[in-house]
Amino acid sequence: MLVSYRWLSEYVDLTGVTAAELADRITKSGIEVERVEALDRGMNGVVIGHVLECEPHPNADKLRKCLVDLGEGEPVQIICGAPNVAKGQKVAVAKVGAVLPGNFKIKRAKLRGEESNGMICSLQELGVETKVVPKEYADGIFVFPSDAPVGADALEWLGLHDEVLELSLTPNRADCLSMIGVAYEVAAILGREVKLPKAAVKETNENVHDYISVRVEAPEDNPLYAGRIVKNVRIGPSPLWMQARLMAAGIRPHNNVVDITNYILLEYGQPLHAFDYDRLGSQEIVVRRAKAGETIVTLDDVERKLTEDHLVITNGREPVALAGVMGGANSEVRDDTKTVFIEAAYFTSPVIRQAVKDHGLRSEASTRFEKGIDPARTKEALERAAALMAEYAGGEVVGGVVEASVWREEPVAVTVTLERINGVLGTAMSKEEVAVILSNLQFPFTEDNGTFTIDVPSRRRDIAIEEDIIEEVARLYGYDRLPATLPVAEAKPGGLTPHQAKRRRVRRYLEGAGLFQAITYSLTSPDKAARFALETAELVRLALPMSEERSVLRQSLIPHLLEAASYNRARQVENVALYEIGSVYLSKGEGVQPAEKERLAGVLTGLWHAHLWQGEKKAVDFYVAKGILDGLFDLFGLAARIEYKPAKRADLHPGRTAEIALDGKVIGFVGQLHPAVQKEYDLKETYVFELALADLLNAESEAIRYEPIPRFPSVVRDIALVVDEMVEAGALKQAIAEAGKPLVKDVSLFDVYQGERLPAGKKSLAFSLRFYDPERTLTDEEVTAVYERVLAAVEQQFGAVLRG
Amino acid sequence: MKERLYELKQEALRRIDEAKDVKALNDVRVAYLGKKGPITEVLRGMGALPPEERPKLGALANEVRAAIQQALEAKQAKLEQEEVERKLAAEAIDVTLPGRPVSLGNPHPLTRVIEEIEDLFIGMGYTVAEGPEVETDYYNFEALNLPKGHPARDMQDSFYITEEILLRTHTSPMQARTMEKHRGRGPVKIICPGKVYRRDTDDATHSHQFTQIEGLVVDRNIRMSDLKGTLREFARKLFGEGRDIRFRPSFFPFTEPSVEVDVSCFRCEGRGCGVCKGTGWIEILGAGMVHPNVLEMAGFDSKTYTGFAFGMGPERIAMLKYGIDDIRHFYQNDLRFLRQFLRV
Ligand SMILES: [Zn+2]
Repeated sequence: MLVSYRWLSEYVDLTGVTAAELADRITKSGIEVERVEALDRGMNGVVIGHVLECEPHPNADKLRKCLVDLGEGEPVQIICGAPNVAKGQKVAVAKVGAVLPGNFKIKRAKLRGEESNGMICSLQELGVETKVVPKEYADGIFVFPSDAPVGADALEWLGLHDEVLELSLTPNRADCLSMIGVAYEVAAILGREVKLPKAAVKETNENVHDYISVRVEAPEDNPLYAGRIVKNVRIGPSPLWMQARLMAAGIRPHNNVVDITNYILLEYGQPLHAFDYDRLGSQEIVVRRAKAGETIVTLDDVERKLTEDHLVITNGREPVALAGVMGGANSEVRDDTKTVFIEAAYFTSPVIRQAVKDHGLRSEASTRFEKGIDPARTKEALERAAALMAEYAGGEVVGGVVEASVWREEPVAVTVTLERINGVLGTAMSKEEVAVILSNLQFPFTEDNGTFTIDVPSRRRDIAIEEDIIEEVARLYGYDRLPATLPVAEAKPGGLTPHQAKRRRVRRYLEGAGLFQAITYSLTSPDKAARFALETAELVRLALPMSEERSVLRQSLIPHLLEAASYNRARQVENVALYEIGSVYLSKGEGVQPAEKERLAGVLTGLWHAHLWQGEKKAVDFYVAKGILDGLFDLFGLAARIEYKPAKRADLHPGRTAEIALDGKVIGFVGQLHPAVQKEYDLKETYVFELALADLLNAESEAIRYEPIPRFPSVVRDIALVVDEMVEAGALKQAIAEAGKPLVKDVSLFDVYQGERLPAGKKSLAFSLRFYDPERTLTDEEVTAVYERVLAAVEQQFGAVLRG
Repeated sequence: MKERLYELKQEALRRIDEAKDVKALNDVRVAYLGKKGPITEVLRGMGALPPEERPKLGALANEVRAAIQQALEAKQAKLEQEEVERKLAAEAIDVTLPGRPVSLGNPHPLTRVIEEIEDLFIGMGYTVAEGPEVETDYYNFEALNLPKGHPARDMQDSFYITEEILLRTHTSPMQARTMEKHRGRGPVKIICPGKVYRRDTDDATHSHQFTQIEGLVVDRNIRMSDLKGTLREFARKLFGEGRDIRFRPSFFPFTEPSVEVDVSCFRCEGRGCGVCKGTGWIEILGAGMVHPNVLEMAGFDSKTYTGFAFGMGPERIAMLKYGIDDIRHFYQNDLRFLRQFLRV
């Protein structure tokens, strides 16, 4: 809402309050003033001039040589390029020495050999936006009415010595979509009175019912419809002050009748529509839902298909307006219109919102109906419009008002106690302080022993319960006066849940291990959504996606992590180690919320470690990724229950992928990206992993129990075994540990060899075994016996032989 | 003979002094103190002396031996020390060469901000509540006093999946969910961080996916002044002790009264700068007293219970705190960006 400071001052005395101060006080009490703009923007030296002579420039086709009377001294010669300049016009002249917006100084000049002493201005040159300049002056200079006084300040006549406050309104404050509404707000803030406009209509002794009748067939959409007939109007420009106010409010002036309806819309917040009575095609107005297949050509010359969701004004046969949104071209007020039917109606929000949505048409009128108008002022607005048409369009107002109404003003009474106000706010206000605020708001109320009963005016439809009154009191009392306290409550410790705390441990571990946390989008494209997924289900799709790229919810974190890796590589960041913890979404069927499961995923590519000047350089490989996960399982005490099984999964390297099982249940995987996929993402050798985080965090692990520090020395023996190359180290290690029980405490692999010193198809795996007995020192014989037992076991199970 | 002993002493001491290494020193030891050395030889010739002279000469010889022995030991220690120093000197390295790097990753800046805020409120007795990102229309809107057709629903254009299910547009659904779990009995004291989604085209200031942190306190006698005190405490802990906050009236369907909360600019101390656009204040929060409809719908008696709620955007806070200029950085995962958030 754009509010002219000078216009506003007609309703509230603003003496002693500058526009900037006013803006600050309005903002502090609840409505944000986005900006304050001075319309004259530092301009001066622009006067009304009279074009005495106007003839073609001798040396230029497009220029005119004008002699202009500026009301002082001799008339001056001005060269003008506007196509519409003509002898006899009253125009805005920027004199020599004048300053126009953008610090544009007017100087004496010679244009194609002819002297020019100033500039005849268009409205745009005076800082008015093109979209609000009247159409006839849009491509040329502005022409004042012929009675404009020569030599007077043109800016004053154009209403430009004014400031405009732009209010940013929240949906609850639709009451401030009108000058009167803003006036009430400002009056409450300043503690001053509101002066309402007067609407005294002089009627002819004819009866409006002889002209027209009204029937509303959809009263729930249109509880109130009223109209008046104004005859013998003379269509022409509206008074300059009215045009100026419309332009300041962002509305383009058209003609006196249309301008008056817009002026009332701004003043009262009540949209009106003026029909050309003679073009209505009947003497009746019927308001109803449109019929399927019906059409209307609206004022913008667009044919619109209607449905039963839309409300129309008809002449009994066909639509003449799309109710509350836009009039029909068939009944439009034109230059030759003689008799006007003014419609003032209350249309309810849902039906208007539907029309706006379906037709993509949002207007000043529809916005107000959508947000809710005050029906108590509808007829008053009609009166005022009729009076203005009589005054400024030369019309005669036919006696009486046609009306169809089921609307009754229902009083809203809200009760609130002083105790409750202070209790909710934490303040110590007195009865008197509250009473002053309510009076300033012009809310009628009674007070009995600290209990206030407020009769809420219809203009404040946002107030219905005691909290609303508390808010009104609070904002006008001033939030800066609110004390700062802390809740008085039983002291209960806060904290993270075990799941949240463990998840943080996972993060810190991975970061300590060298991975950076990524956050990627949950929405993805259908072809990516289920790729790599540990578990899949029907995709969860958006009903109205903004793009295919973000149309479904992901089922794995890996695709977007790969994109991140690819993004980095494309920017010369070759070494990437990222992890993400986030949800994947698995449909549980149409119409129910999907399962959201937390995943931990990672992507590793490039160098894992480099310390070049000492010759250390380690590229990421499978075992780097696995080692990171091993550490994680250790952290949660699960290492012994974890098993890596070779696996074949789509998009992963068939020989370098393992599924990870916890107690036999697969909870994730780790592996190299399939070379084809690496190429697709423009990546080099890349490793990924994904785990079901809940399975990891929810796994019960044993509490820490101290184990005595060894008191006796342990014995270490190495064993190098030659086995078939297909034998898995994990299985062999497992067998050694099993056979060595209970004396073998640790088995660790320290060498793997495959090559020319061994027969083809064979490899050697060397393990270090640590023997220990907590009760005593082991003898060589005991160790050897166990060692032999281990050897026999692996020979039997894997055909392993000691490497010679 | 006396003179001979003095001579020997001088000679030995000189050679000790001249010895360059341990071997040379050993040669001196063997030469002078050995069984066949010149001192022994002198003593052997003692028989030629009168008997009363012999002990004196013996004592003198011992003195000479002791002096030589002492000089040898001193020199030995000095040579050994020199040896060690030489060896260490040879082992010197260039300490300015780079160390073996320890590769550390770090949390995403949003996680950094979220965890900091979580911890701050945990310290004030809050617990952290989390909930689904794919929400029902009921929890996302209706339970928050936004019935179907409410004009404020326009304010947050949403990603619907079906008519009743959508991606949550804010973390506020956790208010209703948590209150329901409490079955009408306070106190409730939670903060809820999480991802939210809105139909926005991604640009420097908009992201279709972003994060929010919601806070909710419901109990008997919770006052709006408690909200002010709590948020002031929060602002001071997050942005520095000198900070102040101010409330500006606003509108949210789920709170009444509603306010927007500004913190005094931490860059210019309130004098006005680019960060605060010259106002000295930076908007960081929306807040208010829980609307009685919201309390009632979640099973709380709005006559006995009151509460406050607040919501903030970690992206905005991170952008302010670290001077980040484009919201898309948070979701591009450019390591050149992420790596900047390593420091404590
Ligand atoms: Zn600042």
